[in-house]
Amino acid sequence: MNDLLTPTADSQDTAKVPLKPLGKVLAVTSGKGGVGKTFVSANLAAALVKRGYKVLVLDADLGLANLDVVLNLYPKITLHDVFTGKAKLEEAILPAPGGFSVLLAGSGMVEYSRLTTEVRNEFLRIISGLVPHYDVVLLDTGAGISDVVLFAVSLASEVLMVATPEPTSLTDAYATIKVLVGQQQRQTVRVIINQSARPGSGQAITHQLQQVLDRFVVTERPIRLIHMGDIPVDPEVRQAVMRRQLMMQTTPGCPAGLAISHIAGALEKSVIPKPT
Amino acid sequence: MANLTAPPRIDLQDLQLDDARALLKHDARNSEQEAGESPTDYLQRVIDGLCELSLKDPLTGLGNRRHFCSVLERSIESVARSGESVLLLLLDIDHFKSINDKHGHMAGDQVLQAVASCLAHCVRPMDTVARYGGEEFAIILPNCRPLFGRAVAERIRQTVASLSIPVAPLQNIQTTISIGGAYAPEWVRSTADLWIERADLQLYRAKSNGRDQIRLEQPQELSVSAEEKGLLFGNLDMNEMVALEAASGDTPPNAADKATNRVNA
Ligand SMILES: Nc1ncnc2c1ncn2[C@@H]1O[C@H](COP(=O)(O)OP(=O)(O)OP(=O)(O)O)[C@@H](O)[C@H]1O
Ligand SMILES: [Mg+2]
Repeated sequence: MNDLLTPTADSQDTAKVPLKPLGKVLAVTSGKGGVGKTFVSANLAAALVKRGYKVLVLDADLGLANLDVVLNLYPKITLHDVFTGKAKLEEAILPAPGGFSVLLAGSGMVEYSRLTTEVRNEFLRIISGLVPHYDVVLLDTGAGISDVVLFAVSLASEVLMVATPEPTSLTDAYATIKVLVGQQQRQTVRVIINQSARPGSGQAITHQLQQVLDRFVVTERPIRLIHMGDIPVDPEVRQAVMRRQLMMQTTPGCPAGLAISHIAGALEKSVIPKPT
Repeated sequence: MANLTAPPRIDLQDLQLDDARALLKHDARNSEQEAGESPTDYLQRVIDGLCELSLKDPLTGLGNRRHFCSVLERSIESVARSGESVLLLLLDIDHFKSINDKHGHMAGDQVLQAVASCLAHCVRPMDTVARYGGEEFAIILPNCRPLFGRAVAERIRQTVASLSIPVAPLQNIQTTISIGGAYAPEWVRSTADLWIERADLQLYRAKSNGRDQIRLEQPQELSVSAEEKGLLFGNLDMNEMVALEAASGDTPPNAADKATNRVNA
């Protein structure tokens, strides 16, 4: 069994468990829905591939992520078949347009959106089966602090919190970070500000979140937010979705594309060991 | 090998089952050995019946406090393992003593029975309704998301308030209940005592605030106070806020104007 993924009877221990050098599990999450988690997951995966990493994106939103739509992939075998024992894990892994691998939930997964012991164990089994084969496993989670989301996040060594500068999104991101600190004893959360209005404003937003946390969330060891970057609003993003193409593949030089490459670079420097 | 030896023969005559039989009979069950029923099967049936009795409140037919405590313990396990959201409600009939005083104890019992059966009908089959003490009831609602908790409690409160309970010929009375509730902290292995204490505190608040109402402990982590929000948006520069308002149609709390906008400073 993989150290990172030994069953977490008390999930608060997860953050403290030593990381397995074989691979990194990064959870892409958010407080509010629709802020761009799936967009970030898919395009960041492609950007990491360009840097030489072997990457897999797992649809941890159990079929509500629309990852299939974004990637224009409609596989016969999905996570659902793995969960129900109809297929092996390897059979459900697909090559995605950006050069990464993807494990799509499949429509039947919605019924697993309650975190039962069964779902929990299957998740653990699947992720621990994936980790040894990839440099990075990105979890595209659902929004908010439902039990499934929290559980998926608890499996990750790093949390990428996506927020937009809108007050509702920031408030929900803040509330989610509080939960991650309280329940999982997270000490670092990495922040990505998507759809930022002005370049550089994301840094100020992360700083502001940090100040409020410092003031209102009392923990033994302080929570540290790390600003990973801003992604501007970019019409190319929507264009790519309309064309059913991956932005990072078709227009990697557009402002959003450059921003995502930048975040991939920041991840390479800080959390993901260089692929060998 | 132990499992190869013949099972010990049970002779029902050797056992003193009269008390057990009487208890079961009192609960309107078939307490005698049936034709063709083996002694083992019969004993199993007696034991099952006694177990069931030991978990039941005789007056209302609801689960009793023992049953309640064992379900609560199990819920804590599942909350700790799965992060499932489980709500505990404590409910207390308002001014029950005065019902007893005014209408007599028989009437009091009838009110207890009517409220009990109403509660049992208000919830899902997976929920546990128990008589916790004199005029106090408890409900455990597994899989109850914080968003729905208040609605469920409110429905229960209203349904009980709408009851017209016959206590004597041509005499019906009405009653109300106060409800206090608390969620088990998700992912955390808490204790039953602590959980009950938290729900009880809310019940106390509902009572002291005038009865016939609901108090639920807010799942703490979810809440972001006005003060936190103020600070969250307070220092973002105004250009950004204007751009945001224009972009999202979402008006941020007017943080630039904190002093005049504070409601409960
Ligand atoms: N930087 C951006 N510029 C323009 N459009 C964007 C940008 N980021 C995301 N979008 C658009 O916003 C929409 C929502 O994005 P996405 O589906 O990735 O959000 P999500 O957080 O995964 O949503 P959910 O919570 O439903 O899973 C998509 O249509 C996407 O194309
Ligand atoms: Mg999504």
